[in-house]
Amino acid sequence: MQEFFQDVMQQLAFSPPGWGKNLLWGLFTTLQIAFGAYALALLIGIGGMLGKVYGGPVMRLLLEIYTTVIRAVPELIVLLLLYYAGTDLLNYILIKLGYPPADINALLAGILVIGIVQGAFCTEVFRGAVRSIPVGQIEAAQSFGMPFWQRFRRVILPIMIPRALPGLSNLWLITTKDTALLAVIGFSELALTTKQAAGATKSYFLFYIVAALIYLCVTLISNFVLKRIENHYRRGQKKLA
Amino acid sequence: MTAEVERINVVDLHKHYGSLEVLKGVSLQANEGDVISMIGASGSGKSTFLRCINLLELPSAGTIKVSKEEIQFKDKLVGGNKVPKDLRQVERVRQRLAMVFQNFCLWEHMTVLQNVMEAPVHVLGLSKVEAKDKAEALLNRVGMWEKRDVYPSFMSGGQQQRVAIARALAVDPEVMLFDEPTSALDPELVNEVLMVIRDLAEEGRTMVLVTHEMRFARDVSSRVIFLHQGLIDEAGTPEQVFNNPQSERCSAFVNSIN
Repeated sequence: MQEFFQDVMQQLAFSPPGWGKNLLWGLFTTLQIAFGAYALALLIGIGGMLGKVYGGPVMRLLLEIYTTVIRAVPELIVLLLLYYAGTDLLNYILIKLGYPPADINALLAGILVIGIVQGAFCTEVFRGAVRSIPVGQIEAAQSFGMPFWQRFRRVILPIMIPRALPGLSNLWLITTKDTALLAVIGFSELALTTKQAAGATKSYFLFYIVAALIYLCVTLISNFVLKRIENHYRRGQKKLA
Repeated sequence: MTAEVERINVVDLHKHYGSLEVLKGVSLQANEGDVISMIGASGSGKSTFLRCINLLELPSAGTIKVSKEEIQFKDKLVGGNKVPKDLRQVERVRQRLAMVFQNFCLWEHMTVLQNVMEAPVHVLGLSKVEAKDKAEALLNRVGMWEKRDVYPSFMSGGQQQRVAIARALAVDPEVMLFDEPTSALDPELVNEVLMVIRDLAEEGRTMVLVTHEMRFARDVSSRVIFLHQGLIDEAGTPEQVFNNPQSERCSAFVNSIN
């Protein structure tokens, strides 16, 4: 028994031959991508919602195509398409314009791709939330002569957020796990690092369990924080008995 | 006799939703100090008319003037409605009016005090200190000062409506528009709201009131308008409309309610 623990500690140690440092670095990059992608998704989501709810017919059609296509195609395909085809296209354009081909930063590409995918879901979450605002509260703001952007900032946004939060929390958890998809383009986030560690040591069980626990911890901490945020935004609402 | 100050002048207002014509040419003039009640059956168009004055509904035809400023519309109709030429003008005109809604429509994410301070601070540009003093005075007046830090969803309908009236008063409106202010209230809560409105009528506020409270309309109004199927069927002093209506429909309506 003691031997077993010693072996585990050794394999997870921070200095080689232990893989602890690599796993932690993997987690760090995973979180970097998750935060970056999620921030991008929120921006796309707000913009997409505004376009869908208040935009003209052309804008609405374009956004409808975006959200439909992105949500229909498996994320892995979108990822590979945007990453490889996107890089190809970019370099093609650069060469045509007389520039040397660029080396795409994998981190940036990962953030971009996952952000664009989650942005489509985010758009729909925000759209549903804004549609569920009692229209009278917006009319009240109008009746006092508030201009649109002020109305949006002072009334629509703060009433929309608590209605969007359950959906947004879901998306955040999905985003943290979507980062694992980047393993297929060779990006060393937590999943790929785990695979490397497991392959090198043959301790498959240990490393995959550890990775699973790390993802679980991320989720538990996220839940705690998200709950507090939601409570804050729901302060004006009655609780269900 | 001093010259009357014109506050609202609506001429020949039409409104239709598709083929359904809700207003078929309704005019209304309100001078400073007038209290005008609009009565009529559900679907007669009285709320729609009120909501056209501050352009929460866009009219299909007609002119609207608030304190002699005529709202400018584009030449072309969109979806059968007139579209304002200049949103800035609409916002400016709305700032002179204040509406009290049937469902109160307080902002749920703000406390009572924040609700009352919102428009003065963020629309009219009052300082927070000034707006807070004013808001507290108004809340005191409607008997809601103790609830100033409470969120609307934790209060009764009557309390919410009194706060909504304070919120409307906070912008010093030239005209107050009341859209069935007691229709969503439990019967025992109606009076507390009517008392506040009566108080405002007595201090000479200019008000246009859509209501089903006939006794109240008779007591506080300087003029009563009876709408029927999108047209003014009877108009005059409360005595005329309630005691001696010329139209049979108005007579029947008034008698059925009393």
